[in-house]
Amino acid sequence: MRRRIHPALAAFAVVTFLFLLGPLIIIVGTSLSDTVFLAFPPQGLTLRWFENAFEISAFRRTMWTSFTLAVLGTALSLLIGIPAAYAMARYRIQLPRFLGTIFVLPVLVPEIVLGFALMKSVATGLDTPIYTTLLVGHALLVLPYCVRVVGASLAQFDFSIEEAAVSLGCPRWKAFLTVVLPNIQGGVIAAFVLAFITSLNDVSISIFLTGPGVSTLPIQLLAHMEQFFDPTIASVSVLLMFVTVAVMALVERTLGLTFLAK
Amino acid sequence: MTVSLTLDHVSASYGRTRVLEDLSLEVGAGELVSLLGASGCGKTTTLRLVAGFLTPDAGTIRLGERDLTRLPAHARDIGLVFQTYALFPHLTVLDNVAFGLKQRGLGRAARRAQAGEMIERVGLTGFADRYPANLSGGQRQRVALARALVIDPPLLMFDEPLSNLDAKLRVDMRVEIRRLQRANGTTALYVTHDQEEAFSISDRVAIMDAGRIMQLDAPEVLYSKPANAFVADFVGFETLIPMRAVAEAGDAVRVEMEGGATLDLPRAQWTVPGQEMIFAARPDGLVVAREGEGIPARLGLRTYLGRAYQYRCETAAGEVSANGPLSQPMEPGETAVLIPNPEQCCLLPASNA
Repeated sequence: MRRRIHPALAAFAVVTFLFLLGPLIIIVGTSLSDTVFLAFPPQGLTLRWFENAFEISAFRRTMWTSFTLAVLGTALSLLIGIPAAYAMARYRIQLPRFLGTIFVLPVLVPEIVLGFALMKSVATGLDTPIYTTLLVGHALLVLPYCVRVVGASLAQFDFSIEEAAVSLGCPRWKAFLTVVLPNIQGGVIAAFVLAFITSLNDVSISIFLTGPGVSTLPIQLLAHMEQFFDPTIASVSVLLMFVTVAVMALVERTLGLTFLAK
Repeated sequence: MTVSLTLDHVSASYGRTRVLEDLSLEVGAGELVSLLGASGCGKTTTLRLVAGFLTPDAGTIRLGERDLTRLPAHARDIGLVFQTYALFPHLTVLDNVAFGLKQRGLGRAARRAQAGEMIERVGLTGFADRYPANLSGGQRQRVALARALVIDPPLLMFDEPLSNLDAKLRVDMRVEIRRLQRANGTTALYVTHDQEEAFSISDRVAIMDAGRIMQLDAPEVLYSKPANAFVADFVGFETLIPMRAVAEAGDAVRVEMEGGATLDLPRAQWTVPGQEMIFAARPDGLVVAREGEGIPARLGLRTYLGRAYQYRCETAAGEVSANGPLSQPMEPGETAVLIPNPEQCCLLPASNA
């Protein structure tokens, strides 16, 4: 028997989806428009704005910066986050409760405040190179995702499995690598993806920490917009969107399968 | 090579809570000793100390000549079987069993051969390529057993290994564990809260309470000659009555209870006239009769047990339970005597009451 859906509910769902997807459709349309200004519906179809995005060296440079920043920042954050999550799961009883809260603080503090604080303390205070400051900022920004997602994975983990490995002659550090890590793999991958996407799309922290010569793609996009209001903006946005969706889809595929097997 | 395990005056605590108090224990070479007690009695703590997952505040732990006390857990060479099986979910049965051999640097071919052989010995032929998620509880515990046995450890330890299995499987598995432990001649320490399990599997059982061993003896001895009131209560001596020895004669001792009634009982080694003690009886240890030598009582509520009647009886020392034969039902309010049955009762020192 088919469940009847109330027409009002259906209408509400359609409106919600339109509201969520509409802007994206408009951006995709605009990026294909054969005009020198942003136009929707597109007038004529062209890929030249995508070409243009790659031709402008500032975009090429910042794409690379954003990508390496997202990868390295996330890696750095996992390097801190995994041991932190491990310690909090393993020694839950011995460790003070507030530790968990400390690691999610970067999410609770408004990003703009975090960005400003980092600028004041790290960039100007310590006078570190711009890229390094950005790296620290992004690592900090994504740390809560790493700790939380990996932590959720570890909460399911039976630590007597680790003890079994140790009792069989495996030193602690090796047991972590060969027994604990493979069993929280899903969480680590999920954390990586969430963190990667967050870092890739971040504006509010980067805007304070970028400087002469070093910028990220979203920041460059803003800068470009101030001078040229052409469909290149739309094409870069579509590229960002595309990378995000591609990564998500990839993980949904792989993770979805592992979760099914469990 | 079989060696003995020795715990010498070991104390341990979690934070400020003392959980083990000056505990000494020796498990002889090839012997299986169980630690039995309610949760929180310190039995699992003892096992974790020996495994090296906890460090004692004081005392030493030795395995044969080796001092384990400060040795890291991975260097202790102890086979462990956990309540939750603790199999490696990402490895096949074969790789689970071969894990310990791999840590010992054995070549791939050799460890696959040895692990395969052990898998056969625990009756899992044909399961080598399965993952733990695709095994039943009993099969998982067999894998855990094989994994611990294959490294041929001088000591095997079991932490409530059967608690997650159903009743029938529990009996099968404990026979299996005992068989393999005997065949290998491995010294073993077994932690459980199940009295039947402990008594059926062990050479000796240590009954624990509040971080101390209350008695360590063969199951038969614990069952018939508990050393103190705690153990007596634990093994089913429901009735405990304070008494005093008044006279000795050969193998018998005459004891007197409150209200002046006296009983003649088999003498325990330590009884001396004038000494305070406790008379302990199972429900069948006091038999209700119309007349005879025993404790005078007024009968209360009668309940039918199938093999006997049970009466609540009012005595000078308070209310106790006693059984009476089905052939002579008696009524509430009647006066009777409770005659001790020496097989089902014993005398305990009063100091530990």
